[in-house]
Amino acid sequence: MDLFEYQARDLFEKYGVPVLAGRIADTPEEAEAAAKAIGGTVVVKAQVKTGGRGKAGGVKVAHSPAEAREKAEAILGLDIKGHVVKRVMIAQGASIDKEFYFSVLLDRSNRTFLSLCSVEGGMEIEQLAVERPEALAKIPVSAVHGIDKAKAVEIATAAKFPAELIDAVSDVFVKLYDVFKKEDATLVEVNPLVLTTGGEIVALDGKVTFDDNAEFRHEREEMERDQLDPLEAKAKEMDLNYVKLDGEVGIIGNGAGLVMSTLDVVAYAGERHGNVKPANFLDIGGGASAEVMAAGLDVILNDPQVRSVFVNVFGGITACDAVANGIVGALNTLGARASKPLVVRLDGNNVEEGRRILSEFNHPLVSLADTMDGGADKAAQLANK
Amino acid sequence: MAIYLDKNSKIIVQGMTGAEGMKHTTRMLAGGSNIVGGVNPRKAGESVDIAGKSLPVFGSVKEAMAATGANVSVIFVPPAFAKAAIIEAIDAEIALAVAITEGIPVHDSAEAWAYNVEKGKKTRLIGPNCPGIISPEQSNAGITPSNIAGKGPIGLVSKSGTLTYQMMFELRDIGFSTAIGIGGDPVIGTTHIDALEAFQNDPETKAIVLIGEIGGDSEEKAADYISKHVTKPVVAYVAGFTAPEGKTMGHAGAIVSGSAGTAQAKQEAFEAVGVKVGKTPSETAALMREIISKL
Repeated sequence: MDLFEYQARDLFEKYGVPVLAGRIADTPEEAEAAAKAIGGTVVVKAQVKTGGRGKAGGVKVAHSPAEAREKAEAILGLDIKGHVVKRVMIAQGASIDKEFYFSVLLDRSNRTFLSLCSVEGGMEIEQLAVERPEALAKIPVSAVHGIDKAKAVEIATAAKFPAELIDAVSDVFVKLYDVFKKEDATLVEVNPLVLTTGGEIVALDGKVTFDDNAEFRHEREEMERDQLDPLEAKAKEMDLNYVKLDGEVGIIGNGAGLVMSTLDVVAYAGERHGNVKPANFLDIGGGASAEVMAAGLDVILNDPQVRSVFVNVFGGITACDAVANGIVGALNTLGARASKPLVVRLDGNNVEEGRRILSEFNHPLVSLADTMDGGADKAAQLANK
Repeated sequence: MAIYLDKNSKIIVQGMTGAEGMKHTTRMLAGGSNIVGGVNPRKAGESVDIAGKSLPVFGSVKEAMAATGANVSVIFVPPAFAKAAIIEAIDAEIALAVAITEGIPVHDSAEAWAYNVEKGKKTRLIGPNCPGIISPEQSNAGITPSNIAGKGPIGLVSKSGTLTYQMMFELRDIGFSTAIGIGGDPVIGTTHIDALEAFQNDPETKAIVLIGEIGGDSEEKAADYISKHVTKPVVAYVAGFTAPEGKTMGHAGAIVSGSAGTAQAKQEAFEAVGVKVGKTPSETAALMREIISKL
């Protein structure tokens, strides 16, 4: 999960990372009140999870509460690369002397953590890496030892910080690693990290990504989350692994790899049938019980775009007869709500019994396919009618 | 022969007494694996009857190894305790540890991996979030169904469990030396390259199927490795061409970030080094069939 800037700011503050005052506002009135409370010059910043908001007019300086209200009015509702601004942060203004860059992240390719650091902050890091690679220090960080003071000094030195700043910035790096480690983040980025004209080091803007797998061990306060597609929200409530896509063939399968592959095979088949595409990713996992199958079918059949459904299951741990019973149970549960044709391909463990159950069930909407490719073709054909 | 796992492998199960551990220990035994015991510190000294066999439960991996001569551990411990279980296996210096557990925080798998590297990689870690490894008709350490395919000349390495099953099923008449599911997490112990190297050195393996999916750059690195070090024929399959950017597709590691980790890029990397890539699992199987027929 990616955090909004204000959430990252609050998190940094909790860990003693120096930040400036910041308050959120959802209306121009709230923005005015926030600016008044902070006092002096403020910056009104759109809270959207995308880059380039400055260029898009999503960041504006205001010298008075009335001006903050005006700027907030202009920014709220703005569409920045498909993200509509619903909230702004009113941040205390800073008098900036220099801008730096710091991040610590999971380096998947090398199976380690990595710190990126530069005294040339402010611009997008991807751009810096391409245009001025020599200005970007890349220091591997051990997942066992992390960033202690000595490691932080090593990073600051490699990034060519001036000697008089190394002590101060390395203290901040240690605290930022603390955020990374204790919050189970896969990314903690500060851009820019600034030196104010008053000589203070301050984290002016931050990005934090949490590892979804680690949420079980964190009791997070209720926080604003991304607006999910309504079908995705429903699937999430039912604990289903579902991603909504823009297509006509609903997909249910078991195992992430097989489901991804099913989407691809349906897309290829669609090329022969009016260019229909997969409508979703849905992995019902190893269990594939009647309840999960019913919940999955329910979500997919509620997608108005869906015109046919392809159930593609390889019975490994789960036997195909259990899956077939799951489909029968699901269709009985759904009754008249099951209104779209269903192509079922079963293979693997107990396949004959599974196919027999579905043949005997003899539901007018259900047809059996012998192979994955054949099933995909049939489902695409049905979606094109 | 086969790689990493064969008929002489003696297997212990960490988390054997839990529901998943029991279920899959039963299945592994039925498939012919030589399971010699389990580990659970709270039940040390007890024994568990599974599929007509009395299996001793030990307090630690080290004790289990000393008592049974075990050289493989299969880990079914829940996510919150999986790091400790993997580190225990590494500390005991067991030759092979197979972590089946799905949903382990990536800080934990990164730390376990870093620990293994510091300890000199005496343990080969497979997974986490994987189906494990099977050398058909010899041994099975994990949750792959034992009866999909028999012994044969194909080596298979895959990020996905169900695609492993699907591919074994497609090529069941030819058979496999070893099939490894390396797992779909961002940090894993055994990579495509590790398996390629082992298959290249295994006389029983005549050809290799590599299955990848979106996310990371393991496939691109594998393609580079193949061009430099693998002389045996390889065919590849990549899943996730239709996956949208920024969405995690089931596996924690299956995500296209910006322009990185796309199926397209992986396919191009393979084709650039002369590795044929099937459009579908069945087409991939057909490519392998053609190779085998010419051997």
